[in-house]
This record gives sequence, C-alpha cells and structure tokens, in this order.
Amino acid sequence: MKRSKTMELGVGLFMLAGILGLLFLGMRVSGMAFTTPDDTFRLEANFANIGSLKPRARVTMAGVTVGRVTAIELDTDWYDARVVLELNGELEGELSRDTTAAILTAGLLGEQYIGLTVGGDPDTLADGDTIRDTQSAMVLEELIQQFVSNMVSD
Amino acid sequence: MIGRIVILGRRGCEVLEALGRAGQFLAQSAVGVPSREGWYLWLRQVHFVGVLSLAIVLVSGLFIGMVLALQGYTLLVDFGAEQALGQMVALSLLRELSPVVAALLFAGRAGSALTAEIGLMKATEQLTSMEMIGVDPLRRIVAPRLWAGFVALPVLTIGFSVVGIYGGYLVGVEWLGVFEGSYWSNMQSSVDFIGDVGNGMVKSLVFALVVTWIAVFQGYDLVPTSEGISRATTRTVVYSSLAVLGLDFVLTALMFGGFS
Repeated sequence: MKRSKTMELGVGLFMLAGILGLLFLGMRVSGMAFTTPDDTFRLEANFANIGSLKPRARVTMAGVTVGRVTAIELDTDWYDARVVLELNGELEGELSRDTTAAILTAGLLGEQYIGLTVGGDPDTLADGDTIRDTQSAMVLEELIQQFVSNMVSD
Repeated sequence: MIGRIVILGRRGCEVLEALGRAGQFLAQSAVGVPSREGWYLWLRQVHFVGVLSLAIVLVSGLFIGMVLALQGYTLLVDFGAEQALGQMVALSLLRELSPVVAALLFAGRAGSALTAEIGLMKATEQLTSMEMIGVDPLRRIVAPRLWAGFVALPVLTIGFSVVGIYGGYLVGVEWLGVFEGSYWSNMQSSVDFIGDVGNGMVKSLVFALVVTWIAVFQGYDLVPTSEGISRATTRTVVYSSLAVLGLDFVLTALMFGGFS
C-alpha cells in the first residue's frame, strides 16, 4: 500500500489538536489546577436555616475563597442544618474559637456562600471542631414578612 | 384480518433479524485486531473521516458559539447578568451542542460517504472477491472504518467546543463588551471537568459508535443496486440523526437528570 507522509502527518496533527483541545477544556474552561488540594481540614457549623446553600459552595474569608462546603445534612438533635466545611490546611490552628460563619448571597440573585470572620479568642479551632456562632441565610419571604408586620404596627 | 397480523409479524421478525445481523456484524468487525497493515488502513480512514471533516466542524462550531453568545447576551442583559455569559456558552456547548451537532455533521459528512463507499464495493462484488481470495472484508474494510469513526468524532467534538467557546468570546467580549475576566472566571467556577467535559466526551463516544455502526452496516447490508445505494445512504443520515437525538435525550436524563 502506498504510504503518504503528508497524510500521516495530518492524522498526527489531528490527534495532537484533540489532546491540546482537551487540555484547553481542562485548564482554561473548567479551571482545573494540577495542584492537589489534599492539605485540608474540616469544620462543622450548625445553621438554623441554610436558604439555598448547596454542596461545593464557596467558603470565603474577607472575600478570598479559602475552602468549600462538602456536605449538608439535617442534625436530628436540634433539627437544624449541619454544614461540613473543608478549608485550606494552612488555616488549621489559625482560626480563633469564636470565629463566626454567615451565609451570604453573591449579588441580588446570585449563589449563596459562607463567609467566615475571625474573632479574638486566643484558643483556635482544630480539625473536626464546630463553629458555634453562626448566622443563617437571609430568606426573602421572612424579610418581607417582617417588613409588612412593622408597617402594620406603625 | 389474519393476513394483516401475519404481515405485522413478518415485519417484526425482519426488524429483529436486521438488529441481530447488525449486532453480529459489530461484534465480528470490532474484534479486527489491527496488524501493521490494518493500522495503516485505520490511519487512512482517520484522515478521511477526521482530518477532512475538521473544516466543516470547526466553522460550524465557531458560528454556533457566536450565535449562542449573541442570543445569551440579549437574554441575560435584561437581568443584569451578562457576566454569566461565559458560563452559559461553555455549559451549553460542552453538555449538549458539541456532541450532538458534531455527530450530526459527522453523519452527513462522513457517515454517508462510508455507506456509499462500502455499498458500491458490494454492488461491484469487490467484497465477494475479497472473500474468494481469503481476505475477510469485515477486517479489511469495515473494522478500520469503525475504529476510525470511534476515534475521530470525539476529537472533532473537542475541537467544536474549543472553537465554539472562542467564538462566544469573540462576540461576547470583543464585540458586546462583557468583561473578559468575568467571562472566563464564571466559566471556570461553573464548569466541572468530570461532570461536564467528561460527560460530553462519553456522549460523543456513544454517538461515534452509533453513527459509524449505522453507516458501515447500512453499506454492508444494502441491496446491491444503484437504487439500493441511494436508499441506504439516505437511511444512514436519517437513522443516525434520529439515533443521535434520541440517545442524547436518554444520556442527558441519565447524566444530568438527577437519577443517582
């Protein structure tokens, strides 16, 4: 059979283009980084109401993403929501014991995420500890209800 | 009345027989282990169905990405959410449009050609002569084409996505003035490599198998006349398109429908 170098080259380039394209989709489009984020630790926080917080949501501190939500479940002792957070390992032993966690909303209609604010306690949170001081999600219906009842009582 | 039922039963049996033949055909040709020569045959087919289809697939990808960005922008700007344009373009391309449109184009560009080629070989009794001299046509003719399609379509799908996302960038960022940083960062925060790119690739592999299988089987199984070839070529395009769209719904329901 006749072998043509240009054809083989064409197929080779085609395959190469496919691999490069997949790399582009991986790095640029899905934002995958090849640093293994294995160095993490877990904290728990109980919220009275999580609104529409979802697993994989961001956890931020001063606006900087420092981790994400790994699990949300119902705590049957208190009937509130237990949220498991996975934070960067470099923060382990750095967050004070009275750190507060609040569920915030990005923009008016945006996704919900957790914001952490450090306190002043010299003791620090370790792996598996629970954040005591939490602030629930803002639920629009409740706000409107409050607003309406205030209007009526005035 | 009885006659009608008999006809219905006969049609049913014919459909089942054809399905059985197609399955047997797939199994027999897919095991065609490539030898040195077979590898070269495969390479030639990748060149034909893959490299030569690049132009139509990439140009379509560019235009589809551009149209998506344009339509998405006019819709999103009403909610002040035009920052989410990158996310919209990337997700709709990766999850749905790239696998489906690339497979449809592939069926029209390469599938019909495969059917006509194999069909003409059958009509001119080249396949029979091959068997006479002891060459298995399934291995020599069908297997390289089947495997070439299976490899080429996913690569074409990747190219379609990349070019489409770039087309969306051209229209959204360069023309309509969406902030470049939010185009990429919204995309990166919402696209999951396994969940979106990976599932798109799985779809594309399934479509590649189905489209190439239909094309080579229609060519191999046709009535060897000029009319038969034209019918089979038409059937290839019709059946592949329907199979791709139908399977796409099933796969989407399984992957993103929340049954897990």
